Amino acid sequence: MDFLSEHQPELLPGNRQLPPTQGVIEAPHGTTIVAVTFPGGVVLAGDRRATMGNVIAQRDIEKVFPADEYSAVGIAGTAGLAVEMVKLFQLELEHFEKVEGAQLSLEGKANRLSTMIRSNLGMAMQGLAVVPLFAGFDVDRAKGRIFSYDVTGGRSEEHGYAATGSGSIFARGAMKKLFRDDLSEAEATTLVVQALYDAADDDSATGGPDVARRIYPIVTVITEDGFRRLTDDESSAIARSILERRLEQPDGPRAALL
Amino acid sequence: MSTPFYVSPQQAMADRAEYARKGIARGRSLVVLQYADGIVFVGENPSRALHKFSEIYDRIGFAAAGKYNEYENLRIGGVRYADLRGYTYDRDDVTARGLANVYAQTLGTIFSSAAEKPYEVELVVAEVGETPEGDQIYRLPHDGSIVDEHGSVAVGGNAEQISSYLDQRHRDGMSLAEALKLAVQALSRDTNGSEREIPAERLEVAVLDRTRPQKRKFKRIGGAQLSRLLQSGGPSTEAESSSDDD
Repeated sequence: MDFLSEHQPELLPGNRQLPPTQGVIEAPHGTTIVAVTFPGGVVLAGDRRATMGNVIAQRDIEKVFPADEYSAVGIAGTAGLAVEMVKLFQLELEHFEKVEGAQLSLEGKANRLSTMIRSNLGMAMQGLAVVPLFAGFDVDRAKGRIFSYDVTGGRSEEHGYAATGSGSIFARGAMKKLFRDDLSEAEATTLVVQALYDAADDDSATGGPDVARRIYPIVTVITEDGFRRLTDDESSAIARSILERRLEQPDGPRAALL
Repeated sequence: MSTPFYVSPQQAMADRAEYARKGIARGRSLVVLQYADGIVFVGENPSRALHKFSEIYDRIGFAAAGKYNEYENLRIGGVRYADLRGYTYDRDDVTARGLANVYAQTLGTIFSSAAEKPYEVELVVAEVGETPEGDQIYRLPHDGSIVDEHGSVAVGGNAEQISSYLDQRHRDGMSLAEALKLAVQALSRDTNGSEREIPAERLEVAVLDRTRPQKRKFKRIGGAQLSRLLQSGGPSTEAESSSDDD
């Protein structure tokens, strides 16, 4: 980014001046992203819907991207800007790794993303906000970690689980009741899809599993072995098994009352 | 007022080339070889921190002999060129040919500029293709020319001798272990013809492996994996070289 600002400043997202506009600019917005840690790693997942006002702009958008081998970003907010931000973020991490011969620490990566979100504040004030969720495997501490952000670039580490985007309130509620410290990887992936299902249940901007079109949430797992995106078969198997149970119990699994 | 001596342009260029060649010859040689699944870089390097080989982009690797600070400078320039290109256009639009051209321009300009001393470096830029036919290896001498190489290439002090040794023994479709063994044999021959042993700890080895599932094909090989490969490559290559002698 420093190199870019010196040599090709016009390529930096933050350097573009927005003409003064009246009201809100209509552009596709990405919706819900959820993350859960489990012993040995972290799971990051997102639904597939992008909305523009009350219209579904895209049914099969991809909102979870690998940032490098040990981390991933899920994006909520203005899709176009967010995708560009992720691209620049990926480039920076890779560039640093190649030039220095070593990876940035997970905190370092999270900080870098924070700066990039802050540089977008001008756009965010005009309704084009980007609010990602960053998850990664901390090689030094040997555990999965989650960082959440606000529009101003404020960064906070989340313990256990986190969500961002319009359906995040509902997803967080679901995860709160289902989360445990000793989840296995398979349980953690099921948990995130459950949370996304609940988000889609109550938030019109979040898409649920689309069985007819075979569009299922994107689920990624980051462990010691690096980043891995579940194949379509794997994520459809999880979504289908949840769907099956929900046909009997539409509100999903019930947590203990006391 | 003193009159400056007249030096003919031919003489000036010959002196500069001589200077650069001597600088490169002081460094240790390294070799780059094609094998069945990609391209392997092998060199003798006592340092664990200062690398001779490195990743430039997804399919492109870089190797350099000569003065460390000068080739490190060129390497970082190459990474910047590649990353900027990949970001502006697409990852597929970064090619070894383009990069080699940029290096040739840089080296050529520095070599012929009277204000600067010539760089004492010799570079290799290699790109691994989908198939062995798609592999590209470019050698860039100190003066900014580009040589398109096939099969094997050596740069550094003892390069000519090593190249002729490799040319005789290298063949297409070698396994990684075989190629590695051949490279080590070539590197361990001294100028006077005697052989010496290079221990695995002093070897720097990296590959561009087309079978890697990731986009980035560059990978360093060291430690246990390297010793295993060196051992497994032993018998087959010996059989190979003895059949060559027949």
